[in-house]
Amino acid sequence: MNGFFDIPSDLQHSYGGLIAVHMQEALFPVLAGLLLALPVGLLCVHYGWLYAPLLWTSTVLYAIPSIAFFVVLIDYTGLTQLTVMIPLCLYSLVVLVPAVVDGIRSVPEETNAAATAMGIGLARRYFQVQLPIAVPAIMAGLRVATASSISLVSVGALIGNQGGLGNLLTTAQLYGRPRLAVTSVVTTAVLAIVIDALLVLLRRVLTPWQPPSGRAAGRSADVAARTPEGVS
Amino acid sequence: MAGIERRLIRLRTLVHVIAPRAGKAVPEGFRRLIAIEDVSKRYADGTVAVDRLSLQIPDRSITVLVGPSGCGKTTTLRMINRMIEPSSGTIRVDGEDVRARPVNTLRRSMGYVIQNAGLFQHRTILDNIATVPRLLGWSRQRARERAAELMERVGLDPAMARRYPYQLSGGQQQRVGVARALAADPPILLMDEPFSAVDPVVRRGLQEELLRIQGELGKAIVFVTHDMDEAITVGDRIAVLRTGGRLAQFAAPDEILSSPADPFVEEFLGSDRGIRGLSFLSTRDLELDRSRVFSVGSDLREISGRAPEGVPVLVTDADGRPLGWADPGSWDGDVEALEPHGPVFEVGRDSLRVALDRAVLSPTGQAVGVDGSGKVLGVAGQETVAAAIRSARRRRAADAPQEAPAVKAGR
Ligand SMILES: Nc1ncnc2c1ncn2[C@@H]1O[C@H](COP(=O)(O)OP(=O)(O)OP(=O)(O)O)[C@@H](O)[C@H]1O
Ligand SMILES: [Mg+2]
Repeated sequence: MNGFFDIPSDLQHSYGGLIAVHMQEALFPVLAGLLLALPVGLLCVHYGWLYAPLLWTSTVLYAIPSIAFFVVLIDYTGLTQLTVMIPLCLYSLVVLVPAVVDGIRSVPEETNAAATAMGIGLARRYFQVQLPIAVPAIMAGLRVATASSISLVSVGALIGNQGGLGNLLTTAQLYGRPRLAVTSVVTTAVLAIVIDALLVLLRRVLTPWQPPSGRAAGRSADVAARTPEGVS
Repeated sequence: MAGIERRLIRLRTLVHVIAPRAGKAVPEGFRRLIAIEDVSKRYADGTVAVDRLSLQIPDRSITVLVGPSGCGKTTTLRMINRMIEPSSGTIRVDGEDVRARPVNTLRRSMGYVIQNAGLFQHRTILDNIATVPRLLGWSRQRARERAAELMERVGLDPAMARRYPYQLSGGQQQRVGVARALAADPPILLMDEPFSAVDPVVRRGLQEELLRIQGELGKAIVFVTHDMDEAITVGDRIAVLRTGGRLAQFAAPDEILSSPADPFVEEFLGSDRGIRGLSFLSTRDLELDRSRVFSVGSDLREISGRAPEGVPVLVTDADGRPLGWADPGSWDGDVEALEPHGPVFEVGRDSLRVALDRAVLSPTGQAVGVDGSGKVLGVAGQETVAAAIRSARRRRAADAPQEAPAVKAGR
């Protein structure tokens, strides 16, 4: 269709294939980040002194451009998707650990006291009380992490076509086909929006207990969390 | 709720205490009793929250801990279920040291209710109430049935079962908190300012409800509040704590009102303890004047003949219900022209405090006493009420060595 969707064969993927690769490279790191952030966040709540140095370290990591990570990682993981996903995972932690910590801290004092008074042990309390109540905050963090991860994957194009849809940008330059660049940018944006909408839906399903006004408050919190974004 | 019913409940409670209970033989004097023995709590920063406190909290009664903010009420309560460990001293339940049992087992045997209810916001009302039964290993089905039963007990509409806490009013949430604490039928109920976050009208309703539930279930309840009125309303016995966690007085409400142990307690009671003490005196023996009550059909001449000139008479309808006051000299028989009689009191159910209040409010200075069905039994002036107060006090003083009465006289 007028050169928007016929992908040069050297990318070794169809349009759909590129989307699949892109999603994989964007979402796996966020998922891994979430699985890491849950226990780390809990530890930070439990041992308060851990949180400040951890936050500081992760902010420094966030400031390192991904290209610098690639240079270091290529020696160990080569020109693979893994080299792209490791920095993305670290970036997602910067958002997700505070989200988990804030979420657990948002559990009202009375709720914790009630749980203790009812003889609910620490582990049970984490899984059955604190984590469910932290869901809105965690989902807000997850939305930011996912959106930025989807846009950041494209950088992978720098290391041997590992950038999913981002590869189209390099190709567009190489073959002088600007329409491919448009395809890349528009598709990435659409993907980010679709995934975000799915996450909102997921949160609604997971939190039927939230008052509607609470949802509105959650949305404005999302927006607030999004503003400092844009570092790459 | 009818006062007679409440008294019957209290009476039943009393009978239960006296009657030997079947089941496990517990040494006499240790029947489901919380014994706080010489307990102190010093926090890490050096604050002494509780200082050498000893209290015996009996079964089947409501013991209130009351005192100014920061006097160690919450600390004391939480030492009972070991949310806070005492620095020294021992707490026993049924004669057994609370440290003898695994802490979570201990806690599940005591219901706990806090201010703002502390409900699990992510769970439905039904699942909130079912929490402890589930922890105790009940099946989901059985736990939910039990929860539904409790919703009814605390006066919640079953339609609320599937709602979430945010969809309930503060008062309703507080009821859920009580239901949740009662779910596994624990013998002990710990309540930390449970009703202080709701408005006075709702609080009044919740207090009534608590007394009703207590009448049915007969738990050992420890109730924390900083509101002396609430303490007097719900308490069978009141422990007044002073700042620094020292016990100032431990006695029945009427005793605290009539003979505060020291100036601290007296000040804490406020300036109207005399009036408030009247809540504990019944109108049962109040002398009522029937000579000034006339049915609407009566002959006007008869009225003016019997009642002295210028003294108002109370006119009732044919069924004996009060209609209003009339001046026998000038009244022409028109019901519309009667002076409104204002609020009445129920003889036997209401206290002398209510009777005095009615007399003060009455346009004629006479309080109208009615029976349970609203029929006028007679009227009593402020002087008559005052005389009744004096004689009730004399009688009480003569009975003083006896145990405090388990029956409270009405509102
Ligand atoms: N964890 C703690 N560490 C240090 N001091 C504490 C701690 N908890 C309570 N205290 C102090 O102990 C004292 C008693 O506190 P407590 O919470 O038992 O008071 P309270 O009678 O329940 O007061 P309130 O009516 O305000 O709830 C207060 O002076 C309080 O500041
Ligand atoms: Mg307190």
